[in-house]
Amino acid sequence: MKIENIINQIESIDPEIYQRLDGRRNAMKSFAKFSGKIALASLPIAFGSMLNKAYGSPTGTDDAITDVLNFALTLEYIESEFYKAGYAAATGGTLAIPAGAPLGAIKTIRDHEIAHVSFLKAAITSLGAVPVSFTAASFDFTAKGAFANVFTDYALFLAVAQTFEDTGVRAYKGQAGNLISNNDILTAALNIHSVEARHASHIRQMRRANGGLVPAGVTVKPWITLNQSGIGTTAVQASYNGEEATTQAGVNIVNIGGFTISANAASECFDEPLTKDQVVAIVTPFFA
Amino acid sequence: MLTNNSSNKELLEVAEAKIKNVSRRNFLGYIGGASALLFTAAACKKDNMPANNTGVDLGSGDVGILNYAYALEQIEAAFYTKIFESPYSGISASESALLGDIRDHEVAHREFFKAALAAGAIPALELDFSTINFGSRDSVLGTAKAFEDLGVSAYNGAGKLIASADYLLLAGKIVSVEARHAAYIRDLIMPGSFADGLDVNALDMSRSPSEVFAIAGTYVKTKLNISNLPTS
Repeated sequence: MKIENIINQIESIDPEIYQRLDGRRNAMKSFAKFSGKIALASLPIAFGSMLNKAYGSPTGTDDAITDVLNFALTLEYIESEFYKAGYAAATGGTLAIPAGAPLGAIKTIRDHEIAHVSFLKAAITSLGAVPVSFTAASFDFTAKGAFANVFTDYALFLAVAQTFEDTGVRAYKGQAGNLISNNDILTAALNIHSVEARHASHIRQMRRANGGLVPAGVTVKPWITLNQSGIGTTAVQASYNGEEATTQAGVNIVNIGGFTISANAASECFDEPLTKDQVVAIVTPFFA
Repeated sequence: MLTNNSSNKELLEVAEAKIKNVSRRNFLGYIGGASALLFTAAACKKDNMPANNTGVDLGSGDVGILNYAYALEQIEAAFYTKIFESPYSGISASESALLGDIRDHEVAHREFFKAALAAGAIPALELDFSTINFGSRDSVLGTAKAFEDLGVSAYNGAGKLIASADYLLLAGKIVSVEARHAAYIRDLIMPGSFADGLDVNALDMSRSPSEVFAIAGTYVKTKLNISNLPTS
């Protein structure tokens, strides 16, 4: 493999490289262990991280990046444990997710969130940092009683799922700028961000199909209209406030260029970011 | 000098040669650049675009990337606009409403980039949709799916090419909407296929500009020069 050649080249110039990497055997072992766990496409991150560990500055940018990744990992834990519990409740007969396409979709999304947890854990470890760790017991998906029937009421389960997905999209978006110094991590985060948006789109279609949206007469689309959630509680509103924006970079999108673009469409066609503090405030009630 | 069509192997060989030529003393200072080169090597896929230095120049730096996005939004907006000139037979009310939303979103994106780029904007592109059967739901939705997935991968791949955090955020605001579109179109074609095509880590795809134009070029008659776009 070419990467091994390059490591050998580095060794010929800098015989101390393996001291920088806790010895050749450990370096190769940890690189192999990490790369065995993840897709080939992620190898550049693993290799780059190994070099960073050897030569990079121990503080500063890297710390900021692992902070973002641990924040993202926390959100992925929330989602993965939420879908694991929901899927288990459905197969256990206490949550009426219809068999077939709806249950299949929840399983698909659950598996994606589990994969994101594994990926982020590996990425954080490869940067020499310690990934945060949570279990099912870490969370209270009733949010202290606000969603008491989340695992017995299908419509409520979907409403909470929609809120998690839309919040996740906004959270990743808000962190992109903090990853700008690391191309590989930034690209990986963007590649997760768009998957969360695909999930949000599908969960919204499931809610549209299931009906019972609040207020009566409201339509939920795959995209976010103004700051509407279609959910009958103000408990989720912080996840939607700000989405009603119709001006971008000082440009008014309504009827832009003489084309008929409504305020609804203008708000839908750009998703908005949330800051880390805003996201933390939103998810805090879901911790046990 | 690395070119857009250098293969993986060539890039790795250049990286190795560069490392060989560096003395121990310079090495610690050099390694940042070398590892960036390696990332580029590993990130680049083999690419079939010939060197293209004539035609409409998208430009360099962030303006180049904004023009790149403007070009893609022109294709999408024109495609959805054409759907509504004569909708395919059997289009449902729900499909008509939501595809109409998507048309409005793409027109808004196109006009936004045009306004933001102002004098720096490339001209309107001449497009060719003759391979699409607009009377057929399968043809229209199949093309829509290809455009939306391509758009997602293009914005995902462009993120690292953007220097300004403000523009990176703008691209982020648009790409998630494209992903919402992609998931909806995919579900119209096959329910539950909203996120098929992810890698084993459940990550979406990203593509370089040359990979994107190798696909989108089918629909663009105007000759484009993407050789001045940033590569990292």
